[in-house]
Amino acid sequence: MSEPVIVAENLTRRFGDFTAVDAISLEVSGGEIFGFLGANGAGKTTAMRIFCGLLEPSSGRASVAGFDAMTEPEKIKNEIGYMSQKFSLYSKLTVKENIRFFAGVYGLSRKQAKEKTSEIVDQLGLANTADALVTDLPLGWKQRISFAVATVHEPKVVFLDEPTGGVDPIVRRQFWDMIYEAAERGITVFVTTHYMDEAEYCDRISIMVDGAIAAMGKPADLCKQYAVPTIEDVFISLARKATRHGD
Amino acid sequence: MQVLLYILQKEFLLIFRDKTILRLIFIMPLMQLLVIPLAADYEVKHIAIAVVDLDHSSTSQRLTHKVGSSSYFQIIATPHSYAEATKLAEEGKADIVLTIPPDFERDLETTGLTSLQLAADAVDGVRAGLGTSYALAMVRQFQAGMRSGATSADMSRAGPTIEVVSANLYNPHIDYPKFMVPGLLAILVTMVGAFLSALNIVQEKEAGTIEQINVTPIAKYQFILGKLIPFWLLGLLSITIGMLVGRVAFDLWPAGSLLTIYLFSAVYLIGVLGIGLFISTLTESQQQATLISFFFMMIFVLLSGLYTPIESMPNWAQTIAAFNPPSYFVEVVRGVYIKGSETRDLLPALLRLGGFALVFNLLAMWSYKKRSS
Repeated sequence: MSEPVIVAENLTRRFGDFTAVDAISLEVSGGEIFGFLGANGAGKTTAMRIFCGLLEPSSGRASVAGFDAMTEPEKIKNEIGYMSQKFSLYSKLTVKENIRFFAGVYGLSRKQAKEKTSEIVDQLGLANTADALVTDLPLGWKQRISFAVATVHEPKVVFLDEPTGGVDPIVRRQFWDMIYEAAERGITVFVTTHYMDEAEYCDRISIMVDGAIAAMGKPADLCKQYAVPTIEDVFISLARKATRHGD
Repeated sequence: MQVLLYILQKEFLLIFRDKTILRLIFIMPLMQLLVIPLAADYEVKHIAIAVVDLDHSSTSQRLTHKVGSSSYFQIIATPHSYAEATKLAEEGKADIVLTIPPDFERDLETTGLTSLQLAADAVDGVRAGLGTSYALAMVRQFQAGMRSGATSADMSRAGPTIEVVSANLYNPHIDYPKFMVPGLLAILVTMVGAFLSALNIVQEKEAGTIEQINVTPIAKYQFILGKLIPFWLLGLLSITIGMLVGRVAFDLWPAGSLLTIYLFSAVYLIGVLGIGLFISTLTESQQQATLISFFFMMIFVLLSGLYTPIESMPNWAQTIAAFNPPSYFVEVVRGVYIKGSETRDLLPALLRLGGFALVFNLLAMWSYKKRSS
């Protein structure tokens, strides 16, 4: 593996008296698919928002693509893609217009943006719906388009916050095919999920409990370590100890 | 620059797909300009007056007759005592009570000095104020009439006459549309600018797209310009539509230069949009943004001098009005429309509007954060 692209050292985020992220440390290497697991309310989204430069850390250090999350958040933004939990394409723009807009704000030229748009449309098999408003598309498609938009500028890292919530296993499978493809192109994937089968697709995972990382490693190694057959069992045995309950 | 063009392209696409915005831009000027100037007419007629004649002289009867023959007054009763008249006012039957004291005629003839009492039901302040001033004018006319009918000997001891100069603020013969339309144009620009820009950004917050923007390398100024420019153009479009409506419906057109109107609108709009942006950074939902905008709009409109002249406000309200940007813009648009004011006559207002634009946009820039702390 190459040198780390995401680094956190004792990264902490407090909201008043509440410590959402409690001194987490991790390293994610280039091209890795890293699963960031945890129960609802464990602090995953908060940590991810810090990495993306959307939220200031309270203490500790974090760096993404070589830039410090505390002092250089805007520099990080050139190097990353982000797909939030909340669906966030412009629903009143067409598929093409969304892709073109985000390509544009990431600094692609008109020509590049056009090429990239047709490339994505072909890749996703959207030729017939490329001019449809995003609002009219099924959720699974919206998610795949969001992912394509988040990686339109070939970032070093892409952060995916529960990207496959609410869709059937076939659509989820298609989505993971896209993730693998991106990883093959060298894009580091940092993904949160509630689906334990998806956790098994990751190179490495961490499991967060009450704001801290309770376990981290390759899925197979973790199963061995906890002497259970699946990641689901590892997750349940750790998450059961949680004192915090999410929504 | 390239990035800004992409942002503008996106904003315009979204605006043209939003039927509500387009309707607002076209229908608001029509409705406001066609309905309000005709409805908001300050002319007060048929004021109910009760005359208490305690003198029963020929002079007092002549005065009563004069008041009664005016179209502004309607004598609803001639009670025998002030107490009775007050009762009528309490019941809401009389707006004004005119009391002619006993010995009115005698005092007038012997000493030339006498007094009349006017009491107004001030629950409706406008009616009371106007009624009183009409009645005063009438008494003065009556007095003048008596003098001219007097002998020269009487004239010599008539003494100095108190000349009361009244400003034509409420002149009943003012052309209302001419007065209201320019003011309404100013308010129109304010509403289009502040409301649309505030709602637009909050919409992005609600949809979650703002977070997607915040995670891109878009610079703050690019984001803000991307929002300002489209709504700035829409604001200029709406004042243009408003002026055309004024022309077609009321045959009104600026006496001064169009360039002056556009120059001031351009500067003023930047300020109003700044307010909209600022509101949007402080709120999380469209309801919140609407309520706050509404709060601002009430102050803007009521203290703008659109309906009530700022000069007749109490001092503290005048102080607030001095910080109320629309009051300058209303004055400017009226000046250009009615008096044909030129840019150089209005330079102080331009400076103030410019300052106000600067302050609110800096506030918006400062309070818009790509990263929460």
